[in-house]
Amino acid sequence: MSSLDSRFFGKKVKNPLVLASGVLGVTKASLETVCDNGCGIVTTKSLTPEARKGHDGPNIVETECGLLNAMGYPNPGIDEGLKEFAPWKRKDEALIVSIVGKDKAEFGMLAERIEAAGKVLGANAIEAVISCPHTPGYGMMAGQGTPECVCDITSAIKEKTKLPLIIKLSPSVPGEVKLAKSAEDAGADCINMGNSLGPGMKIDLNRKRPILGFGMGGLSGPAIKPIAIRCVYDIYKAIDIPIIGTGGITNGTDAIEMMMAGASYVGVGTAVYFRGPKVFGTIAAEIKDWMEKNGYSKPEKIVGAAHV
Amino acid sequence: MFEEGTRLGMKSAKVKRTFAENYRVTTVEIDHAMEEANPGQFIMVWMPGIGEKPMSIGNRYPLTISVANVGKVSEAIGKLKAGEMISFRGPLGKPFAVEKSFRRILVIGGGYGVVPMYFLAKSARENGLEIVSVIGGKTGKDIIYEKQLFAVCREVYVTTDDGTRGKKGTVMSEAETLISSKGFDCVYCCGPERMMQAIALFCEMHSIPCQVSVERYMKCGVGVCGSCDIGGKTCCKDGPVFSGEDALKLADFGKAHHDASGKRTV
Repeated sequence: MSSLDSRFFGKKVKNPLVLASGVLGVTKASLETVCDNGCGIVTTKSLTPEARKGHDGPNIVETECGLLNAMGYPNPGIDEGLKEFAPWKRKDEALIVSIVGKDKAEFGMLAERIEAAGKVLGANAIEAVISCPHTPGYGMMAGQGTPECVCDITSAIKEKTKLPLIIKLSPSVPGEVKLAKSAEDAGADCINMGNSLGPGMKIDLNRKRPILGFGMGGLSGPAIKPIAIRCVYDIYKAIDIPIIGTGGITNGTDAIEMMMAGASYVGVGTAVYFRGPKVFGTIAAEIKDWMEKNGYSKPEKIVGAAHV
Repeated sequence: MFEEGTRLGMKSAKVKRTFAENYRVTTVEIDHAMEEANPGQFIMVWMPGIGEKPMSIGNRYPLTISVANVGKVSEAIGKLKAGEMISFRGPLGKPFAVEKSFRRILVIGGGYGVVPMYFLAKSARENGLEIVSVIGGKTGKDIIYEKQLFAVCREVYVTTDDGTRGKKGTVMSEAETLISSKGFDCVYCCGPERMMQAIALFCEMHSIPCQVSVERYMKCGVGVCGSCDIGGKTCCKDGPVFSGEDALKLADFGKAHHDASGKRTV
């Protein structure tokens, strides 16, 4: 019998699937629905120091085999956000609080708030996003894609919190192996290799205008999967901390492929659009099915199997 | 590979005509037949350079929306002239469910919540059902779609808070009398959420099936971004129509909304 039981920084979780940040996750009730629908680890919407309304619409548009989105980090700000998600008491599912800051000082401040919320909040990890491709002042548009910057942000957060830290990188920033290594060297506990790819654009022929309100946006979904797989494969060779592989995972065999590339955990986001809100349980069942057919009892035996 | 339908294609068509329903609501008829649209569903209307907002569908052909002037997108839609282009994606969301066995239904609309209710009444009438409707507003000027409803309903009851039109009182008092005195297979409702909550509770008490159409701040419209969360469900994909029974289980129903940032509001 195969089991998907996994461990996530000391917490037992029912499977290694991770709700990617930015998809659903505006409220605790929403995260709980995602858990009920079969996800083992869930991530909040990314929180910033102050409330953000996000970009004007359209915020999302379908492209060939994927979605382009430009949300612009809508969130109620760290204080309101932590109030919303506390207390996290789920037994079999872990909570990641996602944060995004303009610089290391902001990241440090956000981590301090989460640390202060402590047991009342009950978060299992912090994820720092340094890779958004389409929001001015953040991620790529703030030049956060250098090893020095990654190192500074990682250290600034680790100084303020004892919680495990995940650094979320982007396939859009070249040199992801170096970035992952510098995050590890600075004390990060996990790398989430995967954000939307881009920025990209879709133009409406009738209106002769880019459709997204922000003009450009990040590409997600099956279209970017091969790139996410390759990034995870390369990073796995260079670092020892676990990897969350995110990007285009839509079914069980996608997840297995991501694990073979080296991911201990598998991010799921845009699949909610293509297969509906119950996709987490469906993918988990598909992974289990594959494991049973192929004689695997535990997911960790698949992790990195593509490396000789 | 993908079980869910994907409906994000942006469509464009010309505005056929527009007219003011009252001091703040403008109806826009679009030269487009949205055959696949069902009552209760909505479209996301895109005004390039301004934004995109969800609008209840008031009719299939011509595709019709009635827009209350509440923000920059609805203001721009209200200013459109015949012949100008309008862009939209949809139909989106879960429609009202009308079972084949239904013979007689009660349709309730508060304020501009009457728009999807007219579409429902019209298509139910086309399918041979008998429809009774109750519509209400603060004052006479808030009553819209009255004539259209008369054309498809057996009876139309109108209420206003100040008695300037129809009976003085609330939709609720009229609806309570109707629900408890006459046999309806189902009660359908769209309007202020506290009113829908009261109706859902009243229907539950009288063991009559009920469906409500809720509204939340919406961004993606396809169940991905989570902005329109209502107690863990997405208003855009799981809703906007919920059975009264399901709606009463949602912690936020009749209580809390979220603004554009996701901040909880009352």
